[in-house]
Amino acid sequence: MALNRTVVGAHYGVRGWLVQRLSAVVMGVTMLFFVLALLAARPGDYAAWKGLFSQGWVRVAALLFFLSLFSHAWVGMRDILMDYVKPTGVRLGLQLAVILALVAGAVWATSIVWRA
Amino acid sequence: MTDIAVKKKRPIWFNLNLLNLPLAARVSILHRVSGALLFVLAFWLLYLLDGSLASAERYDNVRQIVAHPLAKLILFVVLWAFLHHFFAGIRYLLLDLHVGIERGQAKSTSVAVFVVSLALTVLLGGWLLWR
Repeated sequence: MALNRTVVGAHYGVRGWLVQRLSAVVMGVTMLFFVLALLAARPGDYAAWKGLFSQGWVRVAALLFFLSLFSHAWVGMRDILMDYVKPTGVRLGLQLAVILALVAGAVWATSIVWRA
Repeated sequence: MTDIAVKKKRPIWFNLNLLNLPLAARVSILHRVSGALLFVLAFWLLYLLDGSLASAERYDNVRQIVAHPLAKLILFVVLWAFLHHFFAGIRYLLLDLHVGIERGQAKSTSVAVFVVSLALTVLLGGWLLWR
């Protein structure tokens, strides 16, 4: 009986690889725009700083930046833990801790950006 | 017989000491070190951003925090980690596109990553933190 099995893997690695690169590009572009906005506005006090973050495009860019940041950090931390932490239980525990921290960070960052 | 004898004499010891690594490997391991540092310190930076946008009082408080010498030192480390990670990351994106994969080019882009990230760390750090 012929089994139709794929022998080239499930491509989980490719997904992480792609997320890492796309998120890097998104962060690079959003940071470039943010630095240009900073240089143009030169916010020197609270009102100006808050004013910068209350602009619609800055909010969208900041949100895109943070979501990319936390996806990027997940792939990177996952790779580091996979390479250096050999006992499965310890590794899974640390990966869980990283996931919780990143999800909490993403929620926190979103609330900061949308409240401003 | 002689083949086996020759094979057994082959050195199977690699010196993986950080200081003896090729330049590209040092860029690589420091990419990991800087990435892990940024992961940890991102939460402190998020705390500072949160405070700076919360209210005028907390904005002033954040300015006091980042004026502390210890905070400046940590921010200096953040700046180095970011710049190294940023420029080494651009190098990896280019390598993925098969730009600079020749041995000589790969070495000179490694040198460029170190020179640009360290120089910008000193210049931007001096300008932003100890002006």
